[in-house]
Amino acid sequence: MITLSINGQSRDLDVDPSTPLLWVIRDYAGLTGTKFGCGIAQCGTCTIHIDGRPVRSCVVPASAAAGRQITTIEGLGASKDTLHPVQQAWIDEQVPQCGYCHSGQIMAAAALLADTPSPTDADIDEAMSGVVCRCGTYPRIRKGIKRAAAAMAGARATETGDG
Amino acid sequence: MGKWTRRAFITSGVAAGGVVVFGVAIRRGDRSDKVRELVAGENDSLFDVWLKIAPDNTVTAIIPHADMGQGVHTALAMMLADELDADWSRVRFEEAPAHKEFANYALARGYSTAGMDFPAWLVDSVDGLFFRATQMMGLQITGGSLSVRTTGEVAMRVTGAATRAVLLEAAAAEWQVPVAELSAAGSMIRHEASGRDATFAHFAPAAAELPMPDKPSLKTPDAFRIMGTSPPRFDVPPKVDGSANFGIDAVLPGMKHATVRAAPVFGGRVLSVDESSVQGMPGVRKVVNMGDAVAVIADGYWQARKALDKLAVEFSDGGNGAATQDGIFEQFAAAMDRSAGEGRVQDDFVSGDAATALDAAAQVVEAEYRVPFLAHATMEPMNCTAWVHDGRCELWLGTQNPLGFARQVAKAIDMEPSQVLLHNQYLGGGFGRRAFDDFAVQAARLAADVPYPVKLIWSREEDMRHDHYRQASISRFRGGLDASGKAVAWQNHYVNKHDPEEAPHIPYAIADQSIVYSKSETHVPWGFWRSVDHSLHAFFTESFIDELAVAAGRDPYEYRRELLAGSPRFLAVLDLAAEKAGWSDRPARNRGRGIAIHRSFGTIVAQVVDVEIADGKPRARRVVCAVDPGFAVHPDNLAAQLESGIAYGLTAALYGEISIRDGAVAQSNFHDYRMLRMDEAPDVETYIINGGGLTGGAGEPGTPPIAPAFTNAIFDATGIRIRELPVSKHELRLKDVEDVA
Repeated sequence: MITLSINGQSRDLDVDPSTPLLWVIRDYAGLTGTKFGCGIAQCGTCTIHIDGRPVRSCVVPASAAAGRQITTIEGLGASKDTLHPVQQAWIDEQVPQCGYCHSGQIMAAAALLADTPSPTDADIDEAMSGVVCRCGTYPRIRKGIKRAAAAMAGARATETGDG
Repeated sequence: MGKWTRRAFITSGVAAGGVVVFGVAIRRGDRSDKVRELVAGENDSLFDVWLKIAPDNTVTAIIPHADMGQGVHTALAMMLADELDADWSRVRFEEAPAHKEFANYALARGYSTAGMDFPAWLVDSVDGLFFRATQMMGLQITGGSLSVRTTGEVAMRVTGAATRAVLLEAAAAEWQVPVAELSAAGSMIRHEASGRDATFAHFAPAAAELPMPDKPSLKTPDAFRIMGTSPPRFDVPPKVDGSANFGIDAVLPGMKHATVRAAPVFGGRVLSVDESSVQGMPGVRKVVNMGDAVAVIADGYWQARKALDKLAVEFSDGGNGAATQDGIFEQFAAAMDRSAGEGRVQDDFVSGDAATALDAAAQVVEAEYRVPFLAHATMEPMNCTAWVHDGRCELWLGTQNPLGFARQVAKAIDMEPSQVLLHNQYLGGGFGRRAFDDFAVQAARLAADVPYPVKLIWSREEDMRHDHYRQASISRFRGGLDASGKAVAWQNHYVNKHDPEEAPHIPYAIADQSIVYSKSETHVPWGFWRSVDHSLHAFFTESFIDELAVAAGRDPYEYRRELLAGSPRFLAVLDLAAEKAGWSDRPARNRGRGIAIHRSFGTIVAQVVDVEIADGKPRARRVVCAVDPGFAVHPDNLAAQLESGIAYGLTAALYGEISIRDGAVAQSNFHDYRMLRMDEAPDVETYIINGGGLTGGAGEPGTPPIAPAFTNAIFDATGIRIRELPVSKHELRLKDVEDVA
């Protein structure tokens, strides 16, 4: 048994705490948006946030996330019906193809923008090279991140009355 | 989105009595009767088998192809909606259930045997497309870049146009006006003179009583309103919020999880399994000896995985345990030498007399190229959820070949194909891999002996080591140049031919050609891999033509231009790529530039690559891609597919290598089978020519030219000719650096 906070909700889950977080999220918490790709932190498809930091959930035991805030693709938006600016930018730039890796791509991109609101190409390379896309959507991921960065900057300007 | 649900299957049968079903042009009568219970909802009118109009005037296209990121649902719905003059904002799609009436081949045959006319410009290709479809087992396959070319052009457009015609006829009857005075637009029919208008849905029940025209007239491109635009794809929104269901996401009540390990050497068998080695491990339900593999079923995936890792198993090697990669290449070379020596090569394409032309040539150039086996490495590892209950087998998975899978599953568990109900989910990558049913058969076999549903997931290691591989090959060339440097003879001998037939053929006007091959089988399973044989032959032929240009002391672009003088479409694509890339301006000092052109699946693609060499490593910085697909139904999606094909081919060119050691695949995961990543991905610019004629494919044609364009660019920068892929095997140094040293 382990208690985890996933997308702001506390969940008591009947699972061996040494189980990788990926499988706990998918098979025990029932959130299938986070995907299995390699199992050895090589492809980034399983990327989620723990306390806002991107981690490869396939190699993190569930016990390591106890008492911390876990965010998955299902909980990335400000509310259930609100998309995160990165998700909206992904639609606007028609980024995904097969779509399988994009939960991981979006989580990695959102973490990048939280830290680095105006990323350079080099910032994007560094933050995103851990997530493999076999459909090769990289040029559109880059555009999507830049679009989301601009949208978030616009939103901040409006909030602070600068816009 | 409208996935095929079990509920729809059951309730639609009940509702069928009250549903109006339209006559069907293809095999009038029987065809729609068989499928109407599968596709018609209550109060829906079913046109043909591809189109429904609901009372709220929503138009639904029923599409018999799987989505694996290629945007096929959107593109095909556009083709239907445009001919129908539908309101695009109210067009939906449903993926057709696995049913033989939706088979590509049945479609083609339906037309050819019912005496119907194809659109005139399609006639020449019908046999070819039909042949290709049947060759790929021909049944509701998603592959061969065929979706738009067959289903789209033949079924979607014709059905849209025929449905429009009966709707107009019904309106004319109701309003007592000539059909010629009516117009259709935005899912409405309008009579200008009287100012009347009404929805398609209003006329649908009456239109259903009318016979569908056998020969509806199709629009010419100038009349297209939807085709040729780039509306957002249907499948994108669920792919950004985690709600898209892939095969791996299936959840059923009481479901257990399984994972499997097959004999590492292809052809090997399970000799012994020691079940006591996992005795008492938590959650473990069952250990299964499947003959050529062992499986563990447990409550959770991770429990199954841990138990499988611990399970003591002995495998035989099927007599293949000594095979090595070097040995396989030696075997190929020996087979080629022997068949050449004995004059027993197979002719592929022969024109004129290449041997005599070579004897007379002023200069002869020779080269030998090699490519390795390649795995597909779809991001979603192979998986299938199977539930055998109440005399049937239900499957949840992603497949490129639903009917073929149903047949093989039925055979494996002793059922009729009609007892297998397949729920096709989003495919986390296909690239040809999901046309092979091994994982689905395993899941069904495991589920057949237990009272609960079983979700089988392969580990990445299993996925990489038990793929169906792009073939390794050797290709040898001799080219003859006349005194002016012009290519006059082309001799090519390669090993092992698969599909498509024309992959080794060249577009260049070289009179004397001899393209031949030898056969040399290995124990490594073969599979369709994005663009199939084109992926190797474009590298061979476009490298060698570059070598001829260099031998002639000519610019590689200009050299190709001259040999393509009689092929205006190739020339236009080549010129566009060169112009947009700024071919005549030299790239920066640490860069090289290469060009290649190749036609596959009816689409001509030319690419110019700028490569940068830093620390001995090449990085493709920019790819300019020109394409002539005949007509781009969805230009942005075509561009996306080319970007994708380029990344896929570039990954293979740079890193892709599956090698055989002790009979088994040496690689296991992404650390030793490397992928192109964000920091290595080039900018891609795509330029489209709508050259007219037959519509070409989109999913595959971007892949073949990228490897030679990339290696030709490396040659330009370094003077090093890459004749064996992957590029990562080779040490590279800039020409300039070498000169200075």
